Amino acid sequence: MLRFGVNVGAKFGIGQAVRRAEDRRFVAGSGRYVGDIVLPGMAHAVVVYSQHAHGMIRSIDTSRASAMPGVIAVLTGADAVADGIGGLPPYFMPADSGGPPGYRTIRPILVADRVRCIGDRIAVVIAESERQARDAAAAIDVDIAPLPAVVSPDAAAAPGAPLVWDDCPGNACFTLAFGDVAATEAAFARAAHVVALTIHNNRISANSIEPRCAVGCFDPATAGFVLHTSSQNPHGVRKVLAQSVLHVPENDIRVISPDVGGGFGMKADAYPEDAIVLWAARRLGRPVKWVGTRSEALMGDNHGRDQTADAALALDEHGRALGLRLTARHALGAYVASATVAPITFAMRMLPGVYDIPAVAVRTTATFTNCSPTGPYRGAGRPEACFALERLMDMAARAIGIDRVDIRRRNLISADQMPYTTAVGVTYDSGDFGAMMDRCLSLADWSGFPERQRQTEAKGWLRGRAVTSYLESAGVFNDRMELRFDPEGNVTILAGTHSHGQGHATVFPQLIHEWLGLPYDKIKYIQGDTDKVAFGRGTYAARSSMLAGTALHAAAQDAIAKGRTMAAQLLDADIDDIMFADGQYSVGQGNRTIGFADVVKAFYRPIGVPGGLSLGLTTIGTAGGQSPNFPNGAHVCEVEVDPATGAIHIDRYVVVDDVGRILNPMICEGQIVGGIAQGLGQALLEAIVYDPDSGQLLSGSFSDYGMPRPDTMPLHIESELAEIPCKTNVLGVKGVGESGTIAAPPTLVNAVLDALWPLGVTDIAMPLTPARVWTAIDQASKRGAA
Amino acid sequence: MSEPTSRITLEVNGRDVTADVPSRTLLVEFLRDNLGLTGTHVGCDTSQCGACTVHLDGIAIKSCTIFAVQAQDATVTTIEGLDPAADHPLQRSFQRCHALQCGFCTPGMIMAAASLLATDPTVGAAEVRGALEGNLCRCTGYQPIIAAVLEAGKELAG
Ligand code: FES
Ligand code: FES
Repeated sequence: MLRFGVNVGAKFGIGQAVRRAEDRRFVAGSGRYVGDIVLPGMAHAVVVYSQHAHGMIRSIDTSRASAMPGVIAVLTGADAVADGIGGLPPYFMPADSGGPPGYRTIRPILVADRVRCIGDRIAVVIAESERQARDAAAAIDVDIAPLPAVVSPDAAAAPGAPLVWDDCPGNACFTLAFGDVAATEAAFARAAHVVALTIHNNRISANSIEPRCAVGCFDPATAGFVLHTSSQNPHGVRKVLAQSVLHVPENDIRVISPDVGGGFGMKADAYPEDAIVLWAARRLGRPVKWVGTRSEALMGDNHGRDQTADAALALDEHGRALGLRLTARHALGAYVASATVAPITFAMRMLPGVYDIPAVAVRTTATFTNCSPTGPYRGAGRPEACFALERLMDMAARAIGIDRVDIRRRNLISADQMPYTTAVGVTYDSGDFGAMMDRCLSLADWSGFPERQRQTEAKGWLRGRAVTSYLESAGVFNDRMELRFDPEGNVTILAGTHSHGQGHATVFPQLIHEWLGLPYDKIKYIQGDTDKVAFGRGTYAARSSMLAGTALHAAAQDAIAKGRTMAAQLLDADIDDIMFADGQYSVGQGNRTIGFADVVKAFYRPIGVPGGLSLGLTTIGTAGGQSPNFPNGAHVCEVEVDPATGAIHIDRYVVVDDVGRILNPMICEGQIVGGIAQGLGQALLEAIVYDPDSGQLLSGSFSDYGMPRPDTMPLHIESELAEIPCKTNVLGVKGVGESGTIAAPPTLVNAVLDALWPLGVTDIAMPLTPARVWTAIDQASKRGAA
Repeated sequence: MSEPTSRITLEVNGRDVTADVPSRTLLVEFLRDNLGLTGTHVGCDTSQCGACTVHLDGIAIKSCTIFAVQAQDATVTTIEGLDPAADHPLQRSFQRCHALQCGFCTPGMIMAAASLLATDPTVGAAEVRGALEGNLCRCTGYQPIIAAVLEAGKELAG
């Protein structure tokens, strides 16, 4: 079944554009973020970061700082070691799931000996006020003997490169390979056409507008820690801090992540500051608060992407792809952090994406550099895969001399090939990639391009366009949802996932309203507190609609089943005769009925719960272990380029997304449009830049790091949703959080290269700033003149 | 050496406030830390994100760019004081248009837009984009924010 556009149904049910429950507090300014928390006796922490990319710490002189007004303590790595504080491991390594061993690092929360990147944490000052702590931090003298640094994955892989870890030769942490090398070589040997290119996915920063922050507390009476932290994954943070850093049982730590101002994968990790505030709180017997600045965020947050790839496509004389070869170096930064193995893996496993390519051989080497660690960032590997494929497709069309739409039609996996297993062993359940492309082309008035191009050329500019397809893989790991019913017959959802902008407080109640028939506005929603939510894995990788949705469905089914037992008692009927529909139990189709809320109330009778059933009603649903889902779609972008300045104007941007069953179209489109803006940011503006010689960070503030702004984004992104239900989860949903970010970079870059093609420009490295575009035009014209 | 302090007197959200603060206290720090008005946010340290936008004598300013002492005798309005029932046309249109996701940029966006619409509620999309150029949002891609401001403008223009 394929449907474009949006469902109509019950007002608050599934498929409705229900307005968000969370918005009222945000527009009133009464959101509660970690930075807003003030506790009695709270002290303030400021961290001292390494200003060298690589070097040996010779000394840290804290004497001046310690004597400054308001300073309570100055702590260094030596203190952490003395207190038995551990470091931060990666969430997982390839070896944990049967892959190669790799070089596993532990990141100290404060480095005592050798700094390996700008932003390594060296010391922390705790003072009565943040201002005093900052003054004192500036008075700490850190003497570092610099070592040679290496900041790009290519330079790090070169012979003789400085080693980030002395016993990790070539800076090669691990290599992953998928596909069939012999079959791929054979495909290239018999190909009529081969195209090849080297691409770099620029290092970028998530830059959630809320910087990370944390408040740590310790109660000596119970030996219990409480950490308030702006995290996407509170249980994940608890596990790392308990097991690897503080060496206490997990249930000695309560982690609370209240309103979180955006995460995009970056806030899924536990950071040194999370550990520092807890450790300091225990040492000092006072709550300790740390609020990161933007400069500290750009320096110290995990970054995204930073992958270089040599990619080649072999095709027959008709433009049918025969083989795909790709060899990548993916930067890790100085440590293996967070779930960074995920983007490195997805960047390989999502090849060959939407295309039916019989032979594939791909290989990536995770490479240490003297930079902040990389980690998952919105898209996490899928954008890298999509970028390579879509650049190759455009290149191949030009090399063979066929239309860029035609070459895609010849190579897209068709709907009747589903389920389809790729040459790297991933099975897609559903999708109609050609239909998404056709719909997108028509919405974008693809055929009207020549007239628009004439108009653009009349003013001396150039016009170009591109169409791309993308594929996402959504729904990693398992998760858990709980329904807690109360004596009044109302329900509270306790979510293992964590919304920090995705609207879960709206969408999950929509599901429960539809399934149980309870009033929408009476359904309460709780997340982000490890004392309230028994377990969960947080939100990232577009996982929540499928995993939380499926788990919630199981919990709702269990509630209906338990209620049926109670209803049989209350209606004095045989359980097999009890039906449930529209929030009511009935005996057969008859008129002896009882509402779900009344059934719930019976579970709370003070004496004699009917039928000897136990007191109260709570149900738990879990989900996991099934196949991920595969959101997909098409993007069309049309740009105008001013050859005199290199400025790019996005004239139109159209996107059609197969999101499976639509839960809330307003929120889906919000996710997609916001994701496209982030993808366009990577393509047009954003770059974390380290100086190749000194390793210094050159993009350390919003003055140097180009963020998408209202006036740099397209005037209008036209988004249309399509529903092709996923076959491997009970809801039929596909993820939606990362989709826009995946396809936007190749779509923009291909459109600009199309515009500049007549001038002889064939490649520009992201981000396509006016300076880079202008330089590419200038160099091409000099080549042409020579 | 003890830190120099200054006495300041100003009006915040219709209330007279007098306080002694370290002279280098930024207005945003004063609002958040001294008055507990945490709806005004801090998203950067180079005056480029606009999360801290408030009204100073009716004009939108970035409250991280001035010291609290510079607001002496001024009238300051924060998101908490924009409308007594949090029911300003912008506060409604932001919800209708899904102009917020994580909500962190939202108070600053609304305050910047409110100042713009107070000057001219009939502004077009291009002017809105220009006027909000100093306010960053990482979640929405700005499109629904622009739509929300235009809708609220229509309502205000009557
Ligand atoms: S905090 Fe004021 S502009 Fe960013
Ligand atoms: S809604 Fe998250 S930054 Fe704007």
